[in-house]
Amino acid sequence: MASNNNSSDRQRIAQQRLSRIAAHLHKHEDGNSGIIAKECKIDATGSPEENKGTVPRKRQEIMKWNGWGYSDSKFLFNKKGQAEFTGKRYRLSGMTLPRLQDWFENTFGASVKHKSPATPVLNASVVPPPRLNEAFVENLKATGIPFSNEAEDRVFRAHGHCLHEIFALREGKKFERVPDMVVWPNCHKDVVKIVELACKHNVCLIPYGGGTSVTSALECPPEETRCIVSLDTSQMNRILWLDENNLVAHVEAGIIGQDLERLLNESGYCSGHEPDSMEFSSLGGWVATRASGMKKNVYGNIEDLVIHIKAVTPRGVIEKSCQGPRTSTGPDIHHFILGSEGTLGVVTEVTMKIRPIPEYQKYGSVVFPNFEAGVACLREVAKQRCAPASIRLMDNKQFHFGHALKPQVSSIFTHFVEGLKKFYITKLKGFDPHQLVVATLLFEGDRERVLQHEKQVYDIAATFGGLAAGEDNGQRGYILTFVIAYLRDLGMDYCVVAESFETSVPWDRVLDLCQNVKERIIRECKERGVQFQPLTSCRVTQTYDSGACIYFYFAFNYRGLADPVHTYEQVEHAAREEILANGGSLSHHHGVGKLRKEWMKDSISNVGVGMLKSVKEYVDPENIFGNRNLL
Amino acid sequence: RELSSESNIHIYCLNILVFVTLQQRDPMLKRDGFEDILEERRNSSDLKYALRCYAPVLYKGVTPCKANMLKNIVLQSDQLRYVINQVSQESGEAPDIIQEEASVILEEMAHRLQISTVRFFAFALSKAFKTLFQHVCVNEEGIQRLQQAIQEHPVVLLPSHRSYMDFLLMSYILYTYDLALPVIAAGMDFMGMKFVGEMLRMSGAFFIRRSFGGDKLYWAVFSEYVKTMLRNGFAPIEFFLEGTRSRTCKSLTPKLGLLNIVIEPFFKGEVFDVNLVPISISYERILEESLYARELLGVPKPKESTSGLLKARRILSEDYGSIHVYFGQPVSVRSLAQGKVNRSTYNLFPRHIPRKPMEETQSFVNDTAYRIVRLQEDNMVLKPWVLMASLLLQNLEGMELSVLTEQTVWLRGLALSYAAFLDWPDHAPTAKVVSSSLALHRGLACVSGGRVSLVVGEPLGPVTPEEALFNRAVSVLSCASYRNQVLHVFLRPAMLAVAMLHLSDEVYNCFSFLWDMFSNDFILCPGDTVQDFEEACYLLVKTGAVQMPQQDIVMTDIGQPTLSFFNGLLEPFLQGYQVVCRYLCEEASEGLTEKQYIPAVRSFHSVLCVFTGNLRCYEVLSSDMQKNALAALLRMDAVRKVKVADQVTLIVNKMAVNSIDDILGKNRMISHINQTQISPSLSLVAVAEDLCRDGLTPSYIR
Repeated sequence: MASNNNSSDRQRIAQQRLSRIAAHLHKHEDGNSGIIAKECKIDATGSPEENKGTVPRKRQEIMKWNGWGYSDSKFLFNKKGQAEFTGKRYRLSGMTLPRLQDWFENTFGASVKHKSPATPVLNASVVPPPRLNEAFVENLKATGIPFSNEAEDRVFRAHGHCLHEIFALREGKKFERVPDMVVWPNCHKDVVKIVELACKHNVCLIPYGGGTSVTSALECPPEETRCIVSLDTSQMNRILWLDENNLVAHVEAGIIGQDLERLLNESGYCSGHEPDSMEFSSLGGWVATRASGMKKNVYGNIEDLVIHIKAVTPRGVIEKSCQGPRTSTGPDIHHFILGSEGTLGVVTEVTMKIRPIPEYQKYGSVVFPNFEAGVACLREVAKQRCAPASIRLMDNKQFHFGHALKPQVSSIFTHFVEGLKKFYITKLKGFDPHQLVVATLLFEGDRERVLQHEKQVYDIAATFGGLAAGEDNGQRGYILTFVIAYLRDLGMDYCVVAESFETSVPWDRVLDLCQNVKERIIRECKERGVQFQPLTSCRVTQTYDSGACIYFYFAFNYRGLADPVHTYEQVEHAAREEILANGGSLSHHHGVGKLRKEWMKDSISNVGVGMLKSVKEYVDPENIFGNRNLL
Repeated sequence: RELSSESNIHIYCLNILVFVTLQQRDPMLKRDGFEDILEERRNSSDLKYALRCYAPVLYKGVTPCKANMLKNIVLQSDQLRYVINQVSQESGEAPDIIQEEASVILEEMAHRLQISTVRFFAFALSKAFKTLFQHVCVNEEGIQRLQQAIQEHPVVLLPSHRSYMDFLLMSYILYTYDLALPVIAAGMDFMGMKFVGEMLRMSGAFFIRRSFGGDKLYWAVFSEYVKTMLRNGFAPIEFFLEGTRSRTCKSLTPKLGLLNIVIEPFFKGEVFDVNLVPISISYERILEESLYARELLGVPKPKESTSGLLKARRILSEDYGSIHVYFGQPVSVRSLAQGKVNRSTYNLFPRHIPRKPMEETQSFVNDTAYRIVRLQEDNMVLKPWVLMASLLLQNLEGMELSVLTEQTVWLRGLALSYAAFLDWPDHAPTAKVVSSSLALHRGLACVSGGRVSLVVGEPLGPVTPEEALFNRAVSVLSCASYRNQVLHVFLRPAMLAVAMLHLSDEVYNCFSFLWDMFSNDFILCPGDTVQDFEEACYLLVKTGAVQMPQQDIVMTDIGQPTLSFFNGLLEPFLQGYQVVCRYLCEEASEGLTEKQYIPAVRSFHSVLCVFTGNLRCYEVLSSDMQKNALAALLRMDAVRKVKVADQVTLIVNKMAVNSIDDILGKNRMISHINQTQISPSLSLVAVAEDLCRDGLTPSYIR
């Protein structure tokens, strides 16, 4: 023991001396820390302008601490028994949704009388006290980088949005492990400093972007004894430059989707990357999880969009030396970072493709007599490579779900038209309302081409018995994706737990996979004592040449269950096994995190795991980035 | 001594495992009760019954598929198209021509289920059943379970196969209970019966060639046809795991081809699950009873023909007792495969390309097949006569009626404590039960002067010794077909009893040897040796026949009758196998072909019997036992098959065969025969061939 202490002491002293020498050497370049911060800002925007991002350091000021999204926006059942969506931010905001309650009660066997309210405020006593590394804190103070160890800040960064995480927050459960402090770097150089200090003081770093993870990726490993520092990138949110000749933009990785799009739009451009979480998720997070956007058919997935990545690792900064659009220089090092889930370092800056804002955008929808016909149509569209920016196929359950979100109809005329449409589809065309499904479409481009494209897609749809069903239905489909997480909070207020998960699968297995996974869920629920029929619903959200991405919703009324979250997790586990047994992938875009680690070996083989491990060992031998995701 | 240490370990484990075994076997004791479906037929109009509304519910409520549509789905499937192209490339024929061939195969194969034909059968069979049988009993709870299963999953019906009646009976019962009619895999031989073949086709049978080994196209059409029906749930699939009717009334070791086909859609994720329903059909008297014995003795099976069927009408004047049909618990393939087969190994290969099943899958399917057959056995209903036949066969010289009665009662107790599904009449005096059994089977046994003995058919005129032997063998084999029905109940303890009596210090090894040796004759699930040994110990301990002090198995004072009964029960098999070994060692010539094997063993043995006179092992004359013995020797590498120019020759390792013979015959001696006395012209084969040429004379039927 004694000798151990001695040697570590000696090491520490040696390191201190080294860093002092380094500081002397670099002083000329870097100046002191106070100036660095300033320089950062000047670097960033060319002017000492203040941070324009949506996300403040104190996220809890505008966002829910125990649920999804903005504090001012939520679903509730009002006194008249009608659902409404509060706030002003969304298209549905301020509207009443007369059909939602019936749908909710009928689907889940739930009742608005059976409430399961959440704990209103965070009880500081359930948060373990911070284990600070004093030397690190001292050094950090010297850099001037802001940090906090307040309970609210730490708890906010201790979780993503998995069901069990949100459920625990609502129940006011005691936390086993949360970050001990939060730091807010302002720029790449700040991150370099933080990582250096973390290495020096053996502190565990967990990068935090938008906090929308659904893979337990942000959970602190309970066995971690070192000080855990959550590295919140939200203040690194500037577009550093924009190159119209090459159509690329160089952006700080902490920027969240909506800010990126807004800022690019101001210059007449867009990135076209629109994952369902884009309101809150960050560019760095997309890179770290291999995100996929709704409009990938036109713009590509994140791996197609990035031209250059700069990331800070314990070994130093990794980046390429040029911005060539494609290179043959051995395995693409970007692919070590894409999907690394914060285990290797922090992505600080990204150069990504941009596109001029499309001239024309049009939603659309097609109704098919059944899911099989819909899938066959999507397959054909993929085969002809004429997929619009987005094409999704919702199953019958989701179609009804979408309908339940129709706001109150203002005029009798609209009501009449609605009735007429329904009559046309179900009576004249003979569609069974319990079978029919709807595909939602989004076209983008110049007007003429959009209209041409639209015709092509509708013609294909017609050969599979599809009927065009209007723009409104299409748009509503996409609204559902943005409010679904808010709806989960509503469900949890009334004893309903819900979650979504996804996979990708070859075309020929799409139907069988959907059916088997749904059946497995229903059966597992029954076996585990769930008293009410669960909701299982799926949609095909992306099409590829050789397969599709499938997205499942799964929810049930948990009344009568002792431990609903545990039951939920068992069922989800079984559903994942079923997916894998039916030829589906472990994940299309959510990632692995800690939730799906156990299947990695089977998914990528032992050698594959070994490769990843050896990269981790080289890049981060001390496991500074110790969130323990992936491997 | 060293070897026996292994058995000791097993015995140590026994105390724990006995309870596991107990738990495994116990649920089978809770069997459903039966309802007689003929009762209603006797009280109401058959015509009305045949014409009543019939609207069964199908899987997930699909609408039934017209036969023509089904054919189109099959012909256009990716699976078949792939094979058609492949065959076309290999043969150089245009794909159109191959496609046409496929279409012809399908035409020959496909069923054309028609409700009118079903109604005709419903009417005709009602009439026939009422004259032939006293009762047709069905467990209605099983029917309810089946009804549920049909709606939830694709269902495969797996009945035992003892008689031509089986599949008509099955459809009849399902029609009666308003359940979806199955499509039935039938052997092509039925097609020979012109009119009847088509009738069967219209009642749901589809026909498959008996052998189509290398025919890729045939296999593709056939398997896709079955899978299409299964995947879509158009109808339950029915076939016989045993592959053919068991002529011996022992369950036959399962054939895997069709089972592989119906299970594959589950592994490929095309269906969520497949339910296998074991069904046990027990006949009190089998229509084909004496026919089977003759067939086993080498009188070839009469070709199926309509005129033959008409001639068989005379059977209508006989009483065949009752039939019991037991629908077992549906077995979920998904649950069975849990943890045994990794379905994701199917992910990396296109599902429409035919592929040999992986090893893991093969052994799973094999194991499943054996388990299903065992489930069939478990729910076979046994009649008192079965017990009596077992006793009579151990006393071929005849028994006092009073002794037979007394021993039957004793055996009944033993059978019940071994969970036999015995249908013993309630509240009837034992003497009555025995006498009515004898009356029903008066063709097999008779009572004269207070003694019960087997009836031996006596043709008119002078009888050669071979003919006498043949007649005797017919009656023994007929009787054995009843004893065989109870074997599955006693088999494991009986093998243990034999092992104990032969080699008391290496009991487990001896048991294991017998287990291995007999695994073609009996249903022994692959890999279950230890479990079966434990079950045997448990059962013998339970009935007090043996005790198991710390390290040993010892017979108790009261165990003697049980053990010697068991020994006698297996005696014919031990002797039979020994005769085969003897033949191979002493008699077989160099270049013995597989084809020659059966007649040669038969003549060897008949000569042995005729000239020594004192041998009682008639059963080795049965081709079934001869085949099984050979299969066992092949499996044990004592005999090898070598293919020489279209002929399969058997190469005998005399040393190995001799040592097997030694183990089998530890306490038994077969006298050597004088080689010069053999005269081929006197052989039984000749007799059998004569009989075959002349057709069966009525004197042989009785």
